[in-house]
Amino acid sequence: MGTTVTHLPTTAAQPLTEGDEGSVPRYGPGGGERRTRAAVRRRGRRDNLAGYLFMSPWIAGFLLLTAGPMVASLYFAFTDYNLFDTPKWIGLRNFTDMFADPRWRTSVEVTLWYVVVGTPLKLAAALAVALLLNQKRRGQAFYRAAFYAPSLIGASVSIAIVWKAIFSDDAIVDRAQRALFGVDVGGWTGDPDWIIYSLVALTVWQFGAPMVIFLAGLKQVPRELYEAAEVDGAGTWRRFWHITLPMISPVLFFNVLLETIHSFQIFGSAYILGGAGGTCGPADATLVYTCYLYVQGFENSRMGFASAMAWMLLLAVGLVTAVLFWSQRRWVHYEEAAR
Amino acid sequence: MTALTTFRRRGAGSLAWHLGSLAVLAVVLYPVVWVIGGSFKPNDEIVGSLELFPANPITDNYSRLADGIADIPISTFFGNSLLLAVGSVVGVLISCSLSAYAFARIGFAGRGVLFALMIGTLLLPYHVLLIPQYVMFQKLELINTYTPLLLGKYLATDAFFVFLMMQFMRGLPKELDEAARLDGCGHLRIYWSIVLPLCRPALITSAIFTFINAWNDFMGPLIYLNEPEKYTVSLGLKMFVDQDGVANYGSMIAMSLVALLPVLLFFLAFQRYLIDGMATSGLKG
Repeated sequence: MGTTVTHLPTTAAQPLTEGDEGSVPRYGPGGGERRTRAAVRRRGRRDNLAGYLFMSPWIAGFLLLTAGPMVASLYFAFTDYNLFDTPKWIGLRNFTDMFADPRWRTSVEVTLWYVVVGTPLKLAAALAVALLLNQKRRGQAFYRAAFYAPSLIGASVSIAIVWKAIFSDDAIVDRAQRALFGVDVGGWTGDPDWIIYSLVALTVWQFGAPMVIFLAGLKQVPRELYEAAEVDGAGTWRRFWHITLPMISPVLFFNVLLETIHSFQIFGSAYILGGAGGTCGPADATLVYTCYLYVQGFENSRMGFASAMAWMLLLAVGLVTAVLFWSQRRWVHYEEAAR
Repeated sequence: MTALTTFRRRGAGSLAWHLGSLAVLAVVLYPVVWVIGGSFKPNDEIVGSLELFPANPITDNYSRLADGIADIPISTFFGNSLLLAVGSVVGVLISCSLSAYAFARIGFAGRGVLFALMIGTLLLPYHVLLIPQYVMFQKLELINTYTPLLLGKYLATDAFFVFLMMQFMRGLPKELDEAARLDGCGHLRIYWSIVLPLCRPALITSAIFTFINAWNDFMGPLIYLNEPEKYTVSLGLKMFVDQDGVANYGSMIAMSLVALLPVLLFFLAFQRYLIDGMATSGLKG
C-alpha cells in the first residue's frame, strides 16, 4: 500500500541455494559413518520443524490473505455479486461489460497516460539528479536526504491537498504558465486536459527513492573505467553512454520495473486531487484504474465487476513485468553474465 | 599558476554544483514551505498570494483546529493513527523477523518454494486482494474495526521487510550460530539472543518505514472504517476536504501540515537508516 517502500531488491532474482545454511552440519570428530548419518537426519527433521514453526505466521498470512483471496477473486470475476446476495455465475459478462464501458476505457487511458508519461520523467529526474549528486563534495549527504524526503510524504493526503492548491487557479504554477507562455488554463486542477499533468508532477516530485538507488549504483562503477576512457579521449557524453549507463543498467532495470508497477496502482493522490466521489476530476480526467475499481466495488457494490477489473490489472502488470524481464537480456548488463 | 587555475576551476565547479543542487532543492522544498507559510495566512490569501510567508501571520487556522472536524477533536484521529501505526510496527517486527530468520538460517525442506512465493507477493498488485479480503472481513463482521488493517502485519504479509531483514541476517557471520549451537542453543535462542540484537539496523529501518506507511495509508482505512470516531488522520483530512474545505481552507492547510509532522520528524531523526536501508537493499548480492 505504501508507495515508497516496496522496492524489490535486485537480488530477488537470485535463487536461495548457495551456502545452504545449516542444513548439512560438519561431520563430528570420532563419530561413525552410520551414527553421523542418523544425526544428520535427526538434525534435518529438527530443522524442518523449526523452519515451519518460524514460518508459520507467514504461511498463515499467505494462505488466508493472499492465496485464498486470489482464488476467491478469480471466482468473483465471473459472477454478479453485490456482497449480500449469493454470487451468481455469469461467465464472461463482467469482461464484455467492461470492454463496452466508456468509463472503464477512460480509466485505462488515464492510467496508461500517467504511467507512460510519469514514470520515464520521474526516472529521468532521478538519474539526472543522481548524476549531479555523485561527486565528492561537501553537502552531498544533506542534499541526498532532502531530495529523498518527498518520497516519504508524497503519497499522503496532506500533500495531495497541498498539490491541489499549488496547481489551482491563480496559484504559482498557473501564474508562471501565464507569465512564461501566455497560456491561461485557469489552473491545472480545474482543466480536464491539464489536471493529469499535476498528477504527473506529483510523481516526478517523488524522484528521491529511485535517485537514492541510482546513487548507490553509481558509486559502484569502478573509477578506472572512466580514467581509461578519458585517456582514450572519450567525452562526457560518450563516457555516460558507454560506461555509466551499461554499468548501472541492473539498477535502472530494477527502478523501471518497480516504478512502472507502482504507477499502475496509484490511488490516494488521484482520489483526493480529482475531488473524491462519483467523478474523478473534471470529465473523469483523473479517473485512474484503481479509482474506478473503488467506485465500482465500494460505491456501486459491484464486487464481481471490480474483481474482474482487478484481474485485468494483474494481467497488465504481469505482462509489463514479463516484457521487461524478457527485454533485459538486450540492455541489462550484469557483471556475472560476462563469464 | 597551475595550482591557482585548478583552484579556480574547482571553485567554479563547486559553485555550479551547489547552484544546481540548490535549484533542485527549491523545487523539492517549495510545497513544504508553502504549506508552512499557508497555514499562517487568512483563508482568502492562501491560494492567490505568491508570497510564501504572510506579512501579518495569524494563528486562527491552528486555534480553529481545536474545534475538531465534524465535532470530533483532532486528537481522536491522531490517537487512532498512532494506535494503528504502533500496532503495525510491533506486528511487522515480530512476524517478518521470524520468517527472515527461517529463510536466512534454517535449512528446512521447501524453503526454495516458499521463498519464490514470497518474492511473487512482492510484485503482486494489492488490488487483486482488495475485494475478496473485504468480503472475508465483512463475513467475519470485522468491518469498522482495526483488525483488517492490522492482521496482515502480524502475518508477515509485508514481504519487503522479510526480504530486508533476511538480506541483513545472511550477512551476519555464520560462526556465531555454530558456536551457539555447540553450546546447545536451539533456533529460538539463536534467533532471540544472537541474530535479533545484531539486526538492529534492519529492524529500525523496517520499523520506521512501517510506521510511516501505516500513518500515510489511505485506501485501507477508507475501505474498512466507516465511523468518524474511528477515522485515522488521513480520513479526517478527507472528511475535511469533503465538508468544509472551502469555508475553512486555512484550517485544512494547517491540519495537513500537522498530519505531516510525525513523518517529517521521523525522517529528520532517522534519515540515515531510511536512506541506507533503501540504497543497500537495492544492491546487495
